[in-house]
Amino acid sequence: MRDKHIVLIEDEPNIAEAIRFILSREGVRVTHHASGAGALAMLQAERPDVLVLDLMLPDRSGLEILAELRAAPAFAALPVLMLTARGQNRDREAAERAGASAFLAKPFANADLLAVVRELARGGA
Amino acid sequence: MPFNILVAVSLLYVVVLFGVAFVAERRARGGLAGWLRSPLVYTLSLSIYCTAWTFYGAVGYAARSGLEFLTIYLGPTLVFVGWWWVLRKLVRIGRAQRVTSIADLISSRYGKSNFLGVLVTLMAVLASTPYIALQLQSVTLSFGVFASDTPEGWALPDQGATALWLAAGLTLFTILFGTRNLDANERHHGIVMAIAVEAVVKLVALLAVGIFVVWGVAGGVADVLARIDASAISDWNLKPGRWAGLTFVSAAAILTLPRMFQVMVVENADERHVATASWAFPLYLMLMSLFVVPIAVVGLEIMPAGSNPDLFVLTIPLSAGAGKLALLAFLGGFSSATSMVIVAAIALATMVSNHIVTPLWLALRVGSARAPGDVRGIVLMSRRLSIGAVLALGYTYYHLSGGSAALAAIGLISFVGAAQVLPAMIGGIYWRGATHVGAAMGLITGFGIWLYCLFLPSFGADGLISTQVMAEGPFGIGWLRPQALFGIVGLDPLLHALFWSILLNTATFLIGSLASFPGPMERLQGVAFVNIFDQSSGPGGWVKSAAEAEDLLSMSQRILGPEEAQRFFQAQAAAQGKLGFLPDPTPDFIARLERQLAGSVGAATSHAMIAQLSGGATVSVQDLIAVAGEAQQIKEYSAQLEAKSDELARTARALREANDKLTDLSVQKDAFLSQISHELRTPMTSIRAFSEILMEVDLPDEMRTKYAGIIHDETRRLTRLLDDLLDLSVLENRRVQSNIGVANLHDLLSKAVTSASNTRPDRAFVVQRDAASEHMPVFTDTDRLLQVFINIVSNARKYCDAERAVLRIEVKKRGRIVEIDFIDNGSGIPKKSQALIFEKFARLTDTSHAGGAGLGLAICREIMANLGGSIDYLPGQGGAAFRVRLPLKRAS
Repeated sequence: MRDKHIVLIEDEPNIAEAIRFILSREGVRVTHHASGAGALAMLQAERPDVLVLDLMLPDRSGLEILAELRAAPAFAALPVLMLTARGQNRDREAAERAGASAFLAKPFANADLLAVVRELARGGA
Repeated sequence: MPFNILVAVSLLYVVVLFGVAFVAERRARGGLAGWLRSPLVYTLSLSIYCTAWTFYGAVGYAARSGLEFLTIYLGPTLVFVGWWWVLRKLVRIGRAQRVTSIADLISSRYGKSNFLGVLVTLMAVLASTPYIALQLQSVTLSFGVFASDTPEGWALPDQGATALWLAAGLTLFTILFGTRNLDANERHHGIVMAIAVEAVVKLVALLAVGIFVVWGVAGGVADVLARIDASAISDWNLKPGRWAGLTFVSAAAILTLPRMFQVMVVENADERHVATASWAFPLYLMLMSLFVVPIAVVGLEIMPAGSNPDLFVLTIPLSAGAGKLALLAFLGGFSSATSMVIVAAIALATMVSNHIVTPLWLALRVGSARAPGDVRGIVLMSRRLSIGAVLALGYTYYHLSGGSAALAAIGLISFVGAAQVLPAMIGGIYWRGATHVGAAMGLITGFGIWLYCLFLPSFGADGLISTQVMAEGPFGIGWLRPQALFGIVGLDPLLHALFWSILLNTATFLIGSLASFPGPMERLQGVAFVNIFDQSSGPGGWVKSAAEAEDLLSMSQRILGPEEAQRFFQAQAAAQGKLGFLPDPTPDFIARLERQLAGSVGAATSHAMIAQLSGGATVSVQDLIAVAGEAQQIKEYSAQLEAKSDELARTARALREANDKLTDLSVQKDAFLSQISHELRTPMTSIRAFSEILMEVDLPDEMRTKYAGIIHDETRRLTRLLDDLLDLSVLENRRVQSNIGVANLHDLLSKAVTSASNTRPDRAFVVQRDAASEHMPVFTDTDRLLQVFINIVSNARKYCDAERAVLRIEVKKRGRIVEIDFIDNGSGIPKKSQALIFEKFARLTDTSHAGGAGLGLAICREIMANLGGSIDYLPGQGGAAFRVRLPLKRAS
């Protein structure tokens, strides 16, 4: 997990703070963005190993961003963890259809988050 | 008065009548019948009952027999006032069965028997001919009165010529207007109108003469009464037998005289007219008889002895020098005579042509040309010839008899002859058991007795019956003496003939009917006549049937469907003890089949269809009318079905709309739940994550404090959210407990500004107010109103993005409403979002600063609705602007 780079797109500042804390302790570099605007360009610049993406963002939906990524060859295989506060099966299915690698409903256990990200980072490496 | 002027006036009058008839005919043809078919015209046309016999003869009758003349008016009055339901039934039958004459009525009722038609026609011609002669004579006599110098001299050299001209003129008029068309309903608007005009003329004439006699010749009512008292008429004693007999015979005549039947039934345009006529016609008769006795009494007194009392109506005005009045009286008599002759000629000609000439012609030409157009021409021609023949007969009778008897006597003889139809007619419309045989027997018996006892002897001693026979009976058989049948002597000859003819007529009619069985057609017609007001055609009774069971089956299959038809036929065959599907077509079976089919297609159609297959019976016009009626019902029913299906479509549309609404609501509910879930889970995520962090790691104190602070904030956020949700739920259900109080608006605004100041307290924020305009009391739920104000001010503090944020509060009073505008100097809300901001969870920007769940404005809107006011976004103010409208007093 060390030296891995994770980009987090999350609009809730407190949640972003918590995730950053949890992942940073493991030696991962975490870059946080509060909005999905210009996500593709940003990711092109950041070249993360894993993307943690909130489903409901104020300006655009996480699903849209994911679909855009999967359409681009550079990110077709990028491991993406989708977070959602709505937690219904519908959202889980929508996320899978859009190409999410993993899915977590808020609120989540810190350990679960860590395990999923670790798994994704290993697969994607 | 010069004879030429008289002729000229008569001709002019005739020309006017022609004109009236012509115009009426034109209007009727143009569909402008209108008042031509009024009850008044109907009633006036009935007045052909009052012929020249009534016009001239009643006075003579009164002079000879006192008040007995009243019986002639009494009979019809009784019928019209007391028995009008008989008339109504006759009229209804006449219209339903398309009856063209009284002979047709009898023939049609008794199974369309042409024998009866011929019989009644012959009787009618025989009884009416003297009557027509009588009219010719009365007109000729009245001409004579004017022509001679002395009132009593009425012998005119060319008397015969006058009658001949008259007969020819009447023939022309009748043919012109009586045979113009051959409508099924046989109505003659022109003639009816002319008759109505003549009815007025004769009434006016008689009343004028009466008034002249009472107030011109005599000295008024009292004087006339005194003269009556002094005259022989007051010595008259009522003879009960004769009184009752004459009343009866005139009552019968009004129903059975061919001409009365013609105007009463055939020419009737509307059944309701009978109701009017039931009082108006007796009134007419009453007016006609009003002055009869005064004229008779004064005439007897002032006219020379030996003058003919039948002509008093003319001779009194003449002798008093009132020439013009005499002329009017002459026209009255002329009208009476001509109208009767015209209608009688039409009625008789219809009968003769329909029952004698046309059947004869068809019988002679059977097998050759049978084109309908051909027959039509024949019928018209035969009718025209018949009119000529009837008038020629009348003229011949007049020529031969030459004024043999007093006018009234001929009239009564004719009445008794016509009355012979009464038993067959009344029996036919009220008794289903009356048969053809009974009717024929009754008619022949009654008519024979009338001929023998009354008609033939009326030609005078040694006229047609020798004096010897009169005195001793034929072949010396005493009990067959014409005026003393069965040895009953001393009876008045008229009463004697009436009594025996009607008695034996009725008796043989009853016996004959009971002893014989009606044929199928007769039974059908009997039901149709007797039950005319039920109008159900009833069971026809298929006595003998040529229908083949196979034909019946194939027809039934089309109507009932193959399975049901086969089942029915099989069951019927089994009931007859036969195997298979084809029962014998017994009458019983066919009747049952007809009922079965009637359930599907209606009684009349079923009857008509079976009739076609069973051959013998014909489909009557009434059957066809009933079929049409049922078809109409089916049409109406299908229209109802159509309406129902429209209604169903409307219901379906409403249901679809309701369903759309429900689906919409369900989508909204899902979105709402999903939103709540998101709003609850978001703070809980932070709380959980940080509490786990705090639990497992050793953290520096400052971080521990920071994370505990986050947890604390997030729990407060959760609590606020839950409070808002509950608040909104209560408000939306309108279950809010209003806590009405009074407060100064200025104080409320100040409190709101203060309370909101802890929202982004770090920020410089200027509130501009005009205290003077804010001071006013508001009666409302002040806590709720304050909540709205705080919300708006906090929003401004949160979202106003100006460098130096300024909020302006303006208060305006508009009548009983106060408007409070909150306007900031930020960039405002984009137009497309203005409609959204009052919706739940409609947070426009990123949540980081908001600290709420986006329910604030939704709650504000609900509160203002609860307070009877409103909150709206005010566009075009430079920044975000909200207007709160509030009634100064909350209506409870």
